[in-house]
Amino acid sequence: MRLGGEKTVRAILLAMALSAVGSLLLIAVFIFKEGVPFILRVGPRVFLFSAAWDPGTGRFGIYPMIVASVWVTLGAMLVGAPLGIAGAIFLTEFVPRTVLRVVKPTIELLAGIPSVVYGFIGVMVLAPWIRTQWGGPGLSLLAGALILGVMILPTVISISVDAINSVPRSYHEGALALGATRWQSMHMVVLKAARSGIVASVILAMGRAIGETMAVIMVAGNAVKLPHSPLDSVRTLTANIALEMGYATGLHRQALFATGVVLFLIIMLLNATAMAVMKQRARGA
Amino acid sequence: MRVPPKYTQAAAVAVLGLATLFTLAILVFIIVFVLNKGLPVVSLAFLFSHPEDMGRAGGILPTLIGTLALPLLAIAIALPLGAGTAVYLSEYTEETRLTRAIRFGTDCLAGIPSIIFGLFGFIFFVTLLQMGWCLLSGGLTLALMVLPTIIRTSEEAIRAVPRSYREVSFSLGATRWQTVCRVVLPNALPGIVTGVMLSIGRSIGETAAVIFTAGSSLRLPQSLFDSVRTMSVHFYILAREGISNENAYGTAAVLIIAVLLVNSLSYWLMHRFLAGRA
Repeated sequence: MRLGGEKTVRAILLAMALSAVGSLLLIAVFIFKEGVPFILRVGPRVFLFSAAWDPGTGRFGIYPMIVASVWVTLGAMLVGAPLGIAGAIFLTEFVPRTVLRVVKPTIELLAGIPSVVYGFIGVMVLAPWIRTQWGGPGLSLLAGALILGVMILPTVISISVDAINSVPRSYHEGALALGATRWQSMHMVVLKAARSGIVASVILAMGRAIGETMAVIMVAGNAVKLPHSPLDSVRTLTANIALEMGYATGLHRQALFATGVVLFLIIMLLNATAMAVMKQRARGA
Repeated sequence: MRVPPKYTQAAAVAVLGLATLFTLAILVFIIVFVLNKGLPVVSLAFLFSHPEDMGRAGGILPTLIGTLALPLLAIAIALPLGAGTAVYLSEYTEETRLTRAIRFGTDCLAGIPSIIFGLFGFIFFVTLLQMGWCLLSGGLTLALMVLPTIIRTSEEAIRAVPRSYREVSFSLGATRWQTVCRVVLPNALPGIVTGVMLSIGRSIGETAAVIFTAGSSLRLPQSLFDSVRTMSVHFYILAREGISNENAYGTAAVLIIAVLLVNSLSYWLMHRFLAGRA
């Protein structure tokens, strides 16, 4: 009787445990089921590499959005990665532990600021500033990259701090004992050992940046065209989905799901890379 | 010529310190800017009256209700699933290929951007299951989104319960399930609650996944099948369609305060939990 009960419990818990994998599969199946037939119908080469997006006349090329997403993300990494890694190094090595204990949660707290708020700041403060400083419409690739760069800072800092902290203290002490300064020990020994964790933090942040939607819609301008300068208005893959989802029907809607398929694959690739890098660290340590 | 290490260190510290200060300054600026512009708009009347003229005038009461209801519904769905998963992974099985697959799936789910959740919720709950834009569609979609957070924090909390607690319970003749219910879960509770609070914080701020599943009706919801508008969605619509910058700032201020409160509470809980363990 009791044993029978335990078996039932185990079965129910197993079913619950499959919920996450199940939802992941369900999401993948439904996005792909809507999007992949469309890609095959239009032809992957046209869909991915044609620059003409005009759902009204049945032209569905997302090349400008792919280029925009890549540039906005790379720009964000250019801003966010150095600042974030510098912050992580400074906070772990050059300030008292108590400061780290206060500042790290504060920074993680700020990761909770909703993306629409970042977007709004971009519209009210950043875009006008770009417009008056450098010209152009203000709502631009540059604005998108800068806002995303700030948004990924908590991710980069938080994971990099953990990576640096997980390097055995003795490495650092060994270097100091050999007469290295704290900075020499940091960049010659500790950072080398923490490298894979830091790389993983940057890749995860990249995934976050390329998947971010609301902030980018608000600040990047959303024009469907290949950008020629950072001051041009651009539309990312995520923005393309969110902007047109409200009214799209038929083929047009399928095209948006197909955009989702491309985004899904890019994100999975980035996350798998980050996981592989992390695993490598686990094996190396 | 070689620069003495002393000087390179001083230079490095200066650069790193400036970068850190800059980062903190930006983040503080965002909060201060929004509160500074928004708080003057916020009053009891603003919080508890209905919006008029699309939000151009009046308050934010329905969006406040939406912001309370949607995350709570998401938690009501995700918490049993997430905690059940965590109990299974930590108490009912060894490390096998299956548990690795479950962990891998959880990690992948955590990395999926919210717009994809929105797309899925729209095609599955709203369209295929014909639930329409409603509280339930939005709650289910958000539940999937926060599931990985709940699983991870719950599993960590459960694993942190000392082995000896379980052994004592077993030696008294308790079954595994009795041990889980009466010993493991009560001791892991603060950690699990931390995960719940983090999930609520994330749900409050979410926009992309909500707008395509819960809709954006400004009426007060009467049932699970009514459309709702959360503060994030309201703020987005006010700001993007240029309806009212003033009310947008007001909504943003309330939104930020809500998220910071929920997140601080969860960090405070986690801190206490960890302190209690040590």
